[in-house]
Amino acid sequence: MQRIEETVKPYDQNFTTMVPTGFVKFMRTCLIWQFLRFIAINIKMIIVVRKSHG
Amino acid sequence: MARLVVMGGGVSGHTAATFAKDWLGDEHEVVVVTPNSQWNWIPSNIWVGVGQMTKEEVVFPLAPVYEKAGIDFRQAKAVSIHPNGGEKSDKEYITIEYTGQGKEGQTEEITYDYLINATGPKLNFGATPGLDEGHTVSVCTADHAVHANLELKKVFEKAKTEKQKILVGTGHGMCTCQGAAFEYIFNIEHEANKAGVRDNLEIKWISNESFLGDFGIGGLHMKRGGYAASSRLFAESLYSERGIPWIIGAHVSKVEAGKAHYELLDGSTGEEEFDFAMLIPPFAGVGLKAYDKDGSDITDTIFAPNGFMKVDAKYDAGAYENWKASDWPRTYQNPTYSNMFACGIAFAPPHLISKPMSSVNGTPINPTPPRTGMPSGIIGKNVAHSVCDLIKKGPDAHLHEASMAEMGAACVASAGKGLTDGTAAALTVYPVVPDFEKYPGLGRDLDYTFGEIGLAGHWIKHILHHLFIYKAKLKPGWTLIPE
Repeated sequence: MQRIEETVKPYDQNFTTMVPTGFVKFMRTCLIWQFLRFIAINIKMIIVVRKSHG
Repeated sequence: MARLVVMGGGVSGHTAATFAKDWLGDEHEVVVVTPNSQWNWIPSNIWVGVGQMTKEEVVFPLAPVYEKAGIDFRQAKAVSIHPNGGEKSDKEYITIEYTGQGKEGQTEEITYDYLINATGPKLNFGATPGLDEGHTVSVCTADHAVHANLELKKVFEKAKTEKQKILVGTGHGMCTCQGAAFEYIFNIEHEANKAGVRDNLEIKWISNESFLGDFGIGGLHMKRGGYAASSRLFAESLYSERGIPWIIGAHVSKVEAGKAHYELLDGSTGEEEFDFAMLIPPFAGVGLKAYDKDGSDITDTIFAPNGFMKVDAKYDAGAYENWKASDWPRTYQNPTYSNMFACGIAFAPPHLISKPMSSVNGTPINPTPPRTGMPSGIIGKNVAHSVCDLIKKGPDAHLHEASMAEMGAACVASAGKGLTDGTAAALTVYPVVPDFEKYPGLGRDLDYTFGEIGLAGHWIKHILHHLFIYKAKLKPGWTLIPE
């Protein structure tokens, strides 16, 4: 997995941005966690879709 | 019997026509005029552009679907509108020119009682010198995406032995659809990793956004870690993580073979070399003309200078400081001809959503407002509802409303395809057009505006692909699937 030190260069364009840590990147494709997020995101989106259909 | 003519069979036009026919039944006619024989689920063109889907997976023929629905399908392009009739009759009509059905090149007049303009955009490659000369590719249509993939594969092949440079973004200072370019660059990066050629690829972003994550809607804010964080942080984070540098506030002024020239907001100019470039073209109206009964040109009455149709928006708000959410249209009815509506990209927005910017040389460099996806479908359905009520209840029927300043949008931007290793940014924004009176400061409701990157987003994107194609094919229960 790519490390932050390999991504960010001192005072380069991306020096002041947020860069995800290894844990965050792992969780993005962790099947159990993403299944839970899948349910949560769907619920949130359905609420917004319902609000938008007048 | 009344006749509704829908010009355009894309997301908005198809939605409007199919719902209208469903509600009107056999008592009234619905005619669809569209130059394409196939319907295209445009969001999945991104995956065609990196070879992860075939063209056949993102398109289907329209004729059998319209035949099943009882819709009169004309594979033709609309050429002109005659809202006061012509020499022979006072009856309103449009002229069309066939592009298929064995009548290619033939013209015809189609009378109407109600007209919905859902023609979508003209891909205005000609606005940037060189952009239409084959030096770059696009993913705006399924065929474009097929071509883009072929060119991309050549670059991947070369990258096995030598350094290659890829440039992705917008091809003009007034482009919209940054989201498509955003998806494409991250899908390329994802595929390059899978192909083992990432180390030999320099991938760079160029865009007319004044900050990363603007997306033509002025960016958005989301709750994160106890803060209301700007989409700029999330976008910059993703570009940094994937090792993609960026050029923003850029108007691509000229494209040559292997080189793009650009001007920045600070007035400076530069050039970027590339071996492969996907630059989104700016959009314009499709060039419909309008004529009065005596043949005089009244195009300026019906259309804005950019070729999009005027609707019930406030077009005279003037300076940015005067802009309000209430400037945005609600019913999409043409102010001059009450039996004409526009939906999807075809309606003229009152002004930008992002803050207007221009370079010190006076060159406008800002994203134009997106009207695609969920808002496009919702607007199409509401316009169809209004027309059906006008037909069934009479001219005093209440028109249905769907202001982009009062509706939200759910958006899923792919950052790489894969059942277990794919990712996408799943986000909602509410409302689409920020309302700084109702939500001072951020312009949007933080409870309904959110976003996160992960595999779940990819699953949702993939499900939406099948769901919306199912719906567009009018399969059983299609009316239950929201836009």
